[in-house]
Amino acid sequence: MPHLFIFFCLNRAGKTRLAKWYMQFDDDEKQKLIEEVHAVVTVRDAKHTNFVEVWDLAVIFLLFSQFRNFKIIYRRYAGLYFCICVDVTDNNLAYLEGIHNFVEVLNEYFHNVCELDLVFNFYKVYTVVDEMFLAGEIRETSQTKVLKQLLMLQSLE
Amino acid sequence: MPAVSKGDGMRGLAVFISDIRNCKSKEAEIKRINKELANIRSKFKGDKALDGYSKKKYVCKLLFIFLLGHDIDFGHMEAVNLLSSNKYTEKQIGYLFISVLVNSNSELIRLINNAIKNDLSSRNPTFMCLALHCIANVGSREMAEAFASEIPRILVAGDTMDSVKQSAALCLLRLYKTSPDLVLMGEWTSRVVHLLNDQHMGVVTAAISLITCLSQKNPDEFKTCVSLAVSRLSRIVSSASTDLQDYTYYFVPAPWLSCKLLRLLQCYPPPEDGAVKGRLVECLETILNKAQEPPKSKKVQHSNAKNAILFEAISLIIHYDSEPNLLVRACNQLGQFLQHRETNLRYLALESMCTLASSEFSHEAVKTHIETVINALKTERDVSVRQRAADLLYAMCDRSNAKQIVAEMLSYLETADYSIREEMVLKVAILAEKYAVDYSWYVDTILNLIRIAGDYVSEEVWYRVIQIVINRDDVQGYAAKTVFEALQAPACHENMVKVGGYILGEFGNLIAGDPRSSPLVQFNLLHSKFHLCSVPTRALLLSAYIKFINLFPETKATIQEVLRCDSQIRNSDVELQQRAVEYLKLSSIASTDVLATVLEEMPPFPERESSILAKLKKKKGPGAVSVTELDDGKREAGELNGGGDRGPDTAAMAASNASTPSPSADLLGIRSAAPVGAAQTNAGSLLVDVFSDSGPAAPSAAVNDDGFLSSAPPSEDPAPPLSEADELLNKFVCKNNGVLFENQLLQIGIKSEYRQNLGRMYLFYGNKTSVQFASFTTTVSCPGELHKPVEPLVEGGAQIQQVLNIECITDFSDAPLLNIKFSRYGGALQNLTLKLPVTINKFFQPTEMSSSDFFQRWKQLSQPQQEAQKIFKANHSMDTEVLKAKLLGLGTALLDNIDPNPENYVCAGVIQTKSQQIGCLLRLEPNAQAQMYRLTLRCSKDTVSKRLCELLAQQF
Repeated sequence: MPHLFIFFCLNRAGKTRLAKWYMQFDDDEKQKLIEEVHAVVTVRDAKHTNFVEVWDLAVIFLLFSQFRNFKIIYRRYAGLYFCICVDVTDNNLAYLEGIHNFVEVLNEYFHNVCELDLVFNFYKVYTVVDEMFLAGEIRETSQTKVLKQLLMLQSLE
Repeated sequence: MPAVSKGDGMRGLAVFISDIRNCKSKEAEIKRINKELANIRSKFKGDKALDGYSKKKYVCKLLFIFLLGHDIDFGHMEAVNLLSSNKYTEKQIGYLFISVLVNSNSELIRLINNAIKNDLSSRNPTFMCLALHCIANVGSREMAEAFASEIPRILVAGDTMDSVKQSAALCLLRLYKTSPDLVLMGEWTSRVVHLLNDQHMGVVTAAISLITCLSQKNPDEFKTCVSLAVSRLSRIVSSASTDLQDYTYYFVPAPWLSCKLLRLLQCYPPPEDGAVKGRLVECLETILNKAQEPPKSKKVQHSNAKNAILFEAISLIIHYDSEPNLLVRACNQLGQFLQHRETNLRYLALESMCTLASSEFSHEAVKTHIETVINALKTERDVSVRQRAADLLYAMCDRSNAKQIVAEMLSYLETADYSIREEMVLKVAILAEKYAVDYSWYVDTILNLIRIAGDYVSEEVWYRVIQIVINRDDVQGYAAKTVFEALQAPACHENMVKVGGYILGEFGNLIAGDPRSSPLVQFNLLHSKFHLCSVPTRALLLSAYIKFINLFPETKATIQEVLRCDSQIRNSDVELQQRAVEYLKLSSIASTDVLATVLEEMPPFPERESSILAKLKKKKGPGAVSVTELDDGKREAGELNGGGDRGPDTAAMAASNASTPSPSADLLGIRSAAPVGAAQTNAGSLLVDVFSDSGPAAPSAAVNDDGFLSSAPPSEDPAPPLSEADELLNKFVCKNNGVLFENQLLQIGIKSEYRQNLGRMYLFYGNKTSVQFASFTTTVSCPGELHKPVEPLVEGGAQIQQVLNIECITDFSDAPLLNIKFSRYGGALQNLTLKLPVTINKFFQPTEMSSSDFFQRWKQLSQPQQEAQKIFKANHSMDTEVLKAKLLGLGTALLDNIDPNPENYVCAGVIQTKSQQIGCLLRLEPNAQAQMYRLTLRCSKDTVSKRLCELLAQQF
């Protein structure tokens, strides 16, 4: 079981802008999971933590959680929610900053990233994810190194 | 710096995406998509060969359509073709499509694997990474079979580029997790561990995840990683905030790597080497010191990164639980966070402090924060923070602060979130009992609990208060008075009526002197609630009434009248009707003496672990609550009265018994790491008491006196077990009867039966020859235990029988050995050793449970050692009925409707040994297509998980 199960990005309306699954799920399950996370994170405000515990979630998540303890760590950027689903014992703050590190890379790569960049360049976003997270683990944390690599790939035909 | 314009490279794709975005309705979108699908299909089918660019563009469009949530049933072949392109952009789209869309049992897998193989050997780092990422993303068994041996080579090769190493390490991790049997680290171990020394921090970051996972599974082989991790950590911690350049994040040097290093160290006990330990303690102190320094930046990223390391360091300090100084410092640091303006920090501090509270070194330090925590319980806006505060209050509670904490929790209960009420109720009930100095306080607390949160008071709670009142005569009068007062409330909870009925029925006489609570007043009060209650409560009240007749003869007429009315003796509920009829009869025909004997006061309950505690343990993992034994002195275990008293209260009494120690409540009494058998090893844990049966089967005529009396060990040492002994043993894991062994001379049959921790085994030795066996001796020995010579028997052509009585003392892995020696008339001495098919699962008691119970327990057994998992190829039929029969033969209960996937099997049972009960949960996931199984076991004892997993993997 990976530490990180799911990494995804939703907009306020609940549309998925990125979803990376590090575990096997059925397509139906995936959709329901995303809907439930959306319902939970969008009602939270600054007085809430950035961490969602299992019992805040509804049916499908509970089914999934029955075999694994997990939590969701999320961060909001304007209209986008970046969410990570990790093992309950994992370090909350490390993953919270892991999200931010990733977003800063996107921001550099796309020059002030906006939601549309993620839509039109979805296939590139996956490359960015794989550079930074692989097999549900953190692969590379240096923004300089990641951007250098992305620049190199960009130059390839 | 790189910048990407919208959809650069593939104009057609950008146009299509824009079109979709401009669709006004779902229908319009579907129409547009169908048009595009038709277009792509015709292109793919067309006569004209598509160039790489077009293929890439169309495959990418298909991918986009799929990600929108539409099914895609073609294009896979084109995607696979892209893999063999020598252009990065085409290859990348091909790999992406496959990672997202191709499931592992696709027939394309062979083609895909072929392309991956080519890329892995291309020596082009970009292509190698693409291939490795694809394996890491798909991670199927087929890929593991194809590449598990190749990837370690890439990982440790001297000329592999750093970025490829990073991908290879995590790719290997993924394969190890899906198919541990295929990833053999053996020769690579040391070189993989030394990746911790790699110059490139990115390589270390990736490799450490792999090393941590491997260390958890094989701690001994990887233990050299401890000193390497400590020195790496020490270098990072002592570096200045700019030393690590690329790896410095908001002035914090390598925060993620530091966390991973600290986490790796949590797989091991404190380092034994003094120098290493000293260096590590120094690191931990530095991390704690840095928390006190003024921040180098006001950005939240800076403080988050710094605190991520701090919390991980505190986890390690708690894991070691051996440095009082560090524990107290950690506690003080967390204390500061309790009042921090960041909600995240307050939450994490509460969570972390909860574990500190259970360490003897820091318990007192944690207690000093009680006011802040109470305040958090009252004022936090996020319910999960309040929940943590409640957990912490529970964890820090002891005799000195119990009254305050219980009062605060009670008042919090009035407004608590519904989701956590039941747990809060259990906690209050436990604390009240555990720290009750005077029992009137205890009774008050529980009655308050019922008043405030009656719906959430489970049966365990009210059974327990009754047990305690019955067992302690100093509180009975007070309890009767209090419950009488509580029942005065116009609307009181049914649980209050139950407690009231029971207590007044037993001890109403203690307050009957007061005219305000005279017998009739008591009865009328109870009876005024009767009609609003459910059947079980009414049944209990009827028992209380008959007790009243005994206690207070003056109420007899009134009560008989009540019993006699149609709504009682003709009640449609059988139980109620029967009680009414029997009680009425009893009260009219029995003499006062008989009545007094039958309806005597309940005897004290035998002392036992609080059933509430067991319930809470079920609800929460062992870490979340500190479970200490109830420490008010042992009370004499009163005898349950025999005979005579088949009176009215048997029903109520049986009800309370049923709830308390019986299977459902205590069965899986999951105590983490049982203290009892811990010091003992597996060897010799099974006591086999052997005696020969002198029954008719033993043909004494041919007994050879020589052998009969010689208790001295036989002249020859027992032979080592037969090579097929294990195989023979495996045949009996799921069954109890059959032929254990057979050759030309001898047949050994077995019949066995097991109950709790005891077993009886009948061995049948059949002589297949026509001549007799002389000096026939059998010896049963437990590994590591003294051999117990058995009575030697000589056998004359027929069959003799031997009985073994078996008792399981504690859990074990090695089966007892059965050595058989005999000489054929005039022949050579035969010397044969077999394993007796006594396996740990024989001592299973099946446990039926509901889905929610199952999952609570499953989660509770979440320590990595408690789980054992195996993925293996099917060796036998995968037929459902066959599987079910085997699982039942195993001795566990096969539970239906628990696993969300109906194909899977879920079982539960408790292994009974003399010293303890070991709860075991099992999940078997067959994959018919791949002819594979995944078997997962979680047991309260790690050795049992392992052993069961080994045994069972042979069965399917």
